[in-house]
Amino acid sequence: MATTATTTMRYREALNAALREELRRDEKVMLMGEDIGVFNGAFKVTNGLLEEFGEKRVRDTPISENTIVGMGVGAAMTGLRPVVELMTINFSLLATDQIINHAAAIHYMFGGQVKVPLVVRMPQGAGHQLGPTHSHSWEALFLHVPGLLVAVPTTAADAKGLLKAAIRDDNPVVFIEHEYLYGQKGEVPDDEDHVVDFGQAAIRREGDDVTIVGISRQALTAAKAAKVLSEEHEVEAEVIDPRTLRPLDLDTILDSVRKTNRCVIVEEGWPHGGVGANLAALIQEQAFDDLDAPVGRVTGADLPMPYSKPLEQIAYPHEPQVVEAVLATFRDL
Amino acid sequence: MADVEERESGTGALPEPDVAREWLETMTLIRRFEERAGEMYAKAKVGGFLHLAIGEEATIVGAVRAMRDEDYLISTYRSHGHAISRGTNPDRVMAELFGRKDGVSKGRGGSMHMFDLEKRFMGGYGIVGGNLPLAAGMGLASDYLGTEEATLCVFGDGATNQGTFGETLNLAALWSLPVVFMVTNNQFGMGTALERHSAVTDLHRRGEGFGVPGLQCDGMDVVDTYEVIREALRRAREDRQPTLVEAITYRFRGHSMADPEEYRTKEQVAGWRERDPLKTFAQRLIDEGVVEAGEPEGIDEAMIARVDESVTFADRSPFPEPESLYDDIYVLGDQVGRAWYSVDQRSAGMHRGEEERDLDERSRGPLAEYDKAVEQAGREDIGLDKASDQAQADDDSAEEATRAESAEGGDSMRKE
Repeated sequence: MATTATTTMRYREALNAALREELRRDEKVMLMGEDIGVFNGAFKVTNGLLEEFGEKRVRDTPISENTIVGMGVGAAMTGLRPVVELMTINFSLLATDQIINHAAAIHYMFGGQVKVPLVVRMPQGAGHQLGPTHSHSWEALFLHVPGLLVAVPTTAADAKGLLKAAIRDDNPVVFIEHEYLYGQKGEVPDDEDHVVDFGQAAIRREGDDVTIVGISRQALTAAKAAKVLSEEHEVEAEVIDPRTLRPLDLDTILDSVRKTNRCVIVEEGWPHGGVGANLAALIQEQAFDDLDAPVGRVTGADLPMPYSKPLEQIAYPHEPQVVEAVLATFRDL
Repeated sequence: MADVEERESGTGALPEPDVAREWLETMTLIRRFEERAGEMYAKAKVGGFLHLAIGEEATIVGAVRAMRDEDYLISTYRSHGHAISRGTNPDRVMAELFGRKDGVSKGRGGSMHMFDLEKRFMGGYGIVGGNLPLAAGMGLASDYLGTEEATLCVFGDGATNQGTFGETLNLAALWSLPVVFMVTNNQFGMGTALERHSAVTDLHRRGEGFGVPGLQCDGMDVVDTYEVIREALRRAREDRQPTLVEAITYRFRGHSMADPEEYRTKEQVAGWRERDPLKTFAQRLIDEGVVEAGEPEGIDEAMIARVDESVTFADRSPFPEPESLYDDIYVLGDQVGRAWYSVDQRSAGMHRGEEERDLDERSRGPLAEYDKAVEQAGREDIGLDKASDQAQADDDSAEEATRAESAEGGDSMRKE
């Protein structure tokens, strides 16, 4: 019986609950990753799962990213539903051959004969002074690839619901978490069948003046900026969190833009070929006549992330940059 | 059985006569199929890259015949023979080479990406070393589900230098997975000779440091290959011990059809051709009274006729429809189908080419390149009569003819 009761929990706990419930629900679900078992996960997402499910189903792996993802692909092709954890998105580059040349291509290149129900989880994001090899945000890289589903959950409830949807789906999913968000709390439905469907954007705040689309952690930054815009500038922003980038709920974004006639996209990744670049292209193709200003973008700085804290803080978006970008869409009219 | 480490190549006991004859038939079928595929490439019926396994037939048939039906086989971009020996209809393999709708992969994969789930042939793969992790994953699934299946993973000597080689062997040994790693050592990673690409040239020893013991077999001897792979599969299945089997062989043709073969001498090729796995096996069957003199020639004629059928089938098979372009990118279901999952196919109803299909010629602008490719494919006759003559000619001269034709007609797109 479905229930509407909720529990307050952190984003990492919500992910843990999703994994635990799906491991209990389906014997074919199993986890692989570096330090996910005895160590309980580099970010504690898999805390306690080895203890409950044992070494057959929760497997510590050597540091061999390309191969553990590839094994997930092979196991998915032959009957399992593996969930592979990569310690951070930065290390996923070692596995791009298996993610892009194999997981994403196999269903298509073999004429639909075989499915790859694989989830590859990984956190991204800056702010912990980890320098140029541990701080990046690459949802745009995976968004680029047909054959993959790409999730970028922002809230604890979405983290749980989207991860459950990802595990139950028959396509390969790149599931992008965020290191900053792991500690954030939210209300999470207790219902074990609480699934958040892909391709359904969430409107975090309603407004008539401008649409702000925020990706991953930047959906929170966008919401904070919207508050400042309302309190200090009499601008009512509509904040949209797409929640998944493939499939993409472009219709919700377009409906909002048709109402507000202005749009700013906020992301932590790099500007060239970014999520915002892609979305801006889609919006101008579909809603050119509805725009009163060019689509604005706020992105991570176009550089390898620096270590020094003051430099790092100005190298990824905060509320003031978003406020400024929104106000820019009202100038010169 | 006798200890495989004590055996001598060329002396392994023959199987039952019917089985031995079937091995010869299948090796002959692969040889003739590959030759005809090369001819169809020269006629531009086959595009892309075409990697032929001529010379390597014993490594294929010996290994595949050592497998059970429920075992998984996974191979490389040189895999027509693996599909055929696993039981995939040669018609559908040829149709895939032709890029047609009836191809095993519906024309999506081509020569490098054959696949037949029903036969548990889990694919040819175009990325060197890319199939090793997949094989370990299949072994993991078999182990996890408690079945008796084993996985045979075939790759070339070049793949032993990829990171996935060490990573996968380590994991397979660490987790006691039922996988046999078979390196088809044909002496070259594309054009780079073994001793120029590997510090340790005894490739079967390269797994020892990862906990994967090695065995070597004579890849020009189908019986020897069968015996060693059978023992390796037994160790995988019963002892949960992965093995690295090195099959010593040689490809008689170039790496692909676009290979001028400047990296090896004619003398070397001629030397290996004396050990042609078809000729030596046929001779042994005659010597031991399993078949009569002249019988291999009869088998050869039958296999040529079978390949001719596959070419006719492939040429008659239609190209995939333009509106199928976006099919099978995703499994449609709960998470895919409602929102924009692909820029051209934002809903299940809209496919590129769908509206244009029924338009008259002048209005088919967006499909002009599709129409042009279909028209070009139909222009050249498959020329079976001529092709049959050529296939029956002496191997060496047939090879020269094909290579010359390929070199003359090869445009820059075909250079590798």
